[in-house]
Amino acid sequence: MDLFLHLWVMIFIYTIFAMSLNLEMGYTGLFNFGHVAFFGIGAYVSALLTLHQVPFEFALVAALLAAGLLGFLLSIPSLRLRGDTFGIATLGFGEIIRMVFQNEVWLTKGPMGLPGIPKPVLFSYRFATLPQYLLLTLGFSVLTFLVLRIIIRSPLGRAFKAVREDEVAAVALGKNIFHFRIKSFVIGSVLAGLAGTLWGHYTTFISPGDFTLLETILVLLIVVLGGKGTELGPLVGAVVLIFFQESLRFLRLPAEWSRYLAPLQQMIFGSLLIFLMIYRPEGLLREKGAGR
Amino acid sequence: MIETRGLSKSFGGIQAVSNCTFALKDHAITGLIGPNGSGKTTLFNLITGFIPPDRGEIYFKGKRIDGLLPHEVAIGGIVRTFQITRVLPRMTVMENMLIAPPRQTGEKFRSLWFNPKTIRKEERENRKKALELIDLVGLSHLKDQFAQNLSYGQQKLLELARGLMANPSMILLDEPTAGINPIMIRTIMELITKMKEWGMVFFIIEHNMDVIIELCGWIFVLDNGEKIAEGRPKEIQNNPRVIEAYLGI
Ligand SMILES: Nc1ncnc2c1ncn2[C@@H]1O[C@H](COP(=O)(O)OP(=O)(O)O)[C@@H](O)[C@H]1O
Ligand SMILES: [Mg+2]
Repeated sequence: MDLFLHLWVMIFIYTIFAMSLNLEMGYTGLFNFGHVAFFGIGAYVSALLTLHQVPFEFALVAALLAAGLLGFLLSIPSLRLRGDTFGIATLGFGEIIRMVFQNEVWLTKGPMGLPGIPKPVLFSYRFATLPQYLLLTLGFSVLTFLVLRIIIRSPLGRAFKAVREDEVAAVALGKNIFHFRIKSFVIGSVLAGLAGTLWGHYTTFISPGDFTLLETILVLLIVVLGGKGTELGPLVGAVVLIFFQESLRFLRLPAEWSRYLAPLQQMIFGSLLIFLMIYRPEGLLREKGAGR
Repeated sequence: MIETRGLSKSFGGIQAVSNCTFALKDHAITGLIGPNGSGKTTLFNLITGFIPPDRGEIYFKGKRIDGLLPHEVAIGGIVRTFQITRVLPRMTVMENMLIAPPRQTGEKFRSLWFNPKTIRKEERENRKKALELIDLVGLSHLKDQFAQNLSYGQQKLLELARGLMANPSMILLDEPTAGINPIMIRTIMELITKMKEWGMVFFIIEHNMDVIIELCGWIFVLDNGEKIAEGRPKEIQNNPRVIEAYLGI
């Protein structure tokens, strides 16, 4: 039962994480390969503040602001780049942030990580047990889903899609594509920060090794598998992939097998990504209007 | 409305537009003709701010517009279409139309939360207008289809309708009848005529002489980046320099 609840907590956290990337990649066409950086910033900022007795409500807001601000700062130079070059810049950025977690030992305790992150207390209600945490992550997932739905179905979301589809056409119709890219990127960063915060307070221990490119690949895979640019795609992708990943972890395999498990999982994820790109680039769900 | 002075642009060794000075008068439809590679598209790119001129000035309604960014030119009232059609492929026909109105309230993040009423009202009005235009170009049955599912001719119609949806002071069409069948060409010509009667002002690059003669009140002729003639369709048709350069007779 606990495993089941744990699975759903992870699914909801990754659904938020994937929804944030889906806004950037699926709707705006921004290929962000450093998305884990914002997840990490959320986790670290909130963990550090609560470890210093700052109430969770403030720590959460600070974490979201930090992620958003960082997204804004990164977006100004790099969003002027196009397509692949932008992807490479974000990849580099993701690694730089991980190095900061690793090397600023005075602040982050470096590779030792931060243990004992307190359980969140929101308006004096403490989310300590598994069912309570499930409720918390479910609540934030629904909230994120609704906020994103309002954005996506608005003229703003439509402009994001126009930027994704054809920048030149969008410009010819008077759209400032640079502004729209920044907006999408900042909103995506804030929501990735939210996912990271929830994750940090759930595991109660974070270290730089949790925020590698592998995490970005996992969330990328969730978005692609679920269906880029669809509202429910991130949830569907997260259910499938998190279920797969977490159940592998809890299989009672003989000890000598377990060291093969991580590389095996990476191989499976890698192959899955390639397979999807070739045979079903639209993922499990499709955008409306594709018919005929 | 549009006026250029000494406009020049070269790409490496190629002088694409060379010292072009002209003024569009009050004709509802002005034509721009010239052989392939004579600099017509480049001239459109210069006017709309997509590429900066090497030299020269561009005025629109008396205000200088060279140096503006292309989206600023569009917001200022000059909307263009492209020689190779540019619809938004994985967006529906309706969405393609709704993207067009400039500076929508709902494009601002803050308005989504503080001004939803205004947004809903704007959307309702835009949707109504879009439906009328979609109906006018005969694409009603396809309004919820992705634009990529349309034929090339239908995409041209959509691009034209989308340009009108932006409600510009002037619309620049780059070869609106290129690459489509004669029936579709008729449809597009009728559409342009109808929009002209509604007060829309056009500047049209066109290869098809019949189209140009029938539609335009005034014609500019480019050759090798230079303006070699301008005048009424009849005058242009009989101008020996034009016949030599363009008609190749
Ligand atoms: N972006 C560009 N880079 C290099 N050369 C260009 C570019 N755009 C146009 N040209 C050149 O400028 C000349 C004029 O082209 P263009 O304006 O497209 O002619 P038209 O539209 O009249 O056929 C051609 O020789 C073309 O090859
Ligand atoms: Mg051309």
